[in-house]
Amino acid sequence: MNFKAVTAAFLLVASLFNTSWANEAAPVVDRSSTGGAQTLQDIMARQAQLDVDERFRSENIGDPSRAKAITDQLGTNGGTSDSEVYRAIRYNEIEPTLQQRGPAAAVLIQDAGMPWYKLREGPMITYGGGALLGIIGLLILFYFVRGRIMIDGGPAGTTIERFKAIERFGHWLLAGSFIALGVTGLLVLMGRKFLIPVIGPEAFATLAAGSKFIHNNIAWAFMIGLVMTFFMWVAHNIPNKLDIKWLLAGGGIFTKSHPSAKKFNAGQKIIFWTVMIMGFSVSLSGLSLLFPFELPMFAKTFALINSVAGTDLPTVLLPHEEMQYANIWHSIVAFVMMLAIIAHIYIGSVGMEGAFDAMGNGQVDLEWARQHHDLWVAEVEAKQGKGGSS
Amino acid sequence: MKAMLCAFAVALVIAFAAPSVLNEFGWSAAERGSSATSVRLN
Repeated sequence: MNFKAVTAAFLLVASLFNTSWANEAAPVVDRSSTGGAQTLQDIMARQAQLDVDERFRSENIGDPSRAKAITDQLGTNGGTSDSEVYRAIRYNEIEPTLQQRGPAAAVLIQDAGMPWYKLREGPMITYGGGALLGIIGLLILFYFVRGRIMIDGGPAGTTIERFKAIERFGHWLLAGSFIALGVTGLLVLMGRKFLIPVIGPEAFATLAAGSKFIHNNIAWAFMIGLVMTFFMWVAHNIPNKLDIKWLLAGGGIFTKSHPSAKKFNAGQKIIFWTVMIMGFSVSLSGLSLLFPFELPMFAKTFALINSVAGTDLPTVLLPHEEMQYANIWHSIVAFVMMLAIIAHIYIGSVGMEGAFDAMGNGQVDLEWARQHHDLWVAEVEAKQGKGGSS
Repeated sequence: MKAMLCAFAVALVIAFAAPSVLNEFGWSAAERGSSATSVRLN
């Protein structure tokens, strides 16, 4: 019964991740009656939220070589009509003369802005928020199915130092800033949709401005914490054969056994590398967003992916598109990290007796340590026997 | 718990010090207007 309940919950969450939100392609339209220009069918297809192939417009921007001589009647507009000029502006096929300098200034209309906005306001909120609610629901379900993981035979009453003060400081610098970043990021992403109807636009404006300040600036604490924890713990998080045995035993969560582990078990290593790799990635995209147009990285990344995987990702991106990709990627990676960290918080607090002490005061119960990190305890005791420290 | 509270306090100090420190290096993310090479969205 328990397994069925977990499976049902898993399928419910998994169903959130289907791609049914993607627009259906519009039927092919015969534009011979309009000389290739837009037809009523095109307009109706767009209103029906179908995915219209816009090349009949984006590639129809006039031909200067067809310009009539200036001496001709009604000549010359450079071989292009007003409609064609505006289409050229819309699809960024012009080279305007500008007083304002900078990479983004030459883009007068950015046509990809609306798909980005719709993605951010729609699926990003729906599926990101759904996934967060899903993992919280699964953990509540797991708690009632499995219960709190207790120390077999009860605590020993004596303790052993699990983490030094500097390790705990680095962990909480990373964790505290991540929680602040997560909360303020969600406020910025979802506040317009969910908070304005409740607290009104003026209160939300204050909240959003404060969230933006905290999000932009506490990010540096996150990056410092990320670097600190990486160097302190990377040596203990190198995968080895023991991790396979630990994973095959499911960490002992369902069998109520205690597979052997050193300082970090395979589950903790997965969390470590998830946080490190995704933390690095979310920091890069965050820096790109912090300094608009200064750190474009997606065109180069796409070129690299194309060369390795043979894909056909766009390698020429407008400055705004770089920002939009950075924004979407930042959100996706942040959501995945939040899912992992919520599970990490659960198992490090209410999910397991004695686990919080490791990061609370650094001292864990000896029996807890022997059950969950037996090989690490043996190493520490061997060192202490030789007069060393943990 | 001291390490945790200390880390939270340091995170806040970093957050509130960041704008002025970045300004010293000419890296302000809060820069308004535009420069020779950049245009701000905000």
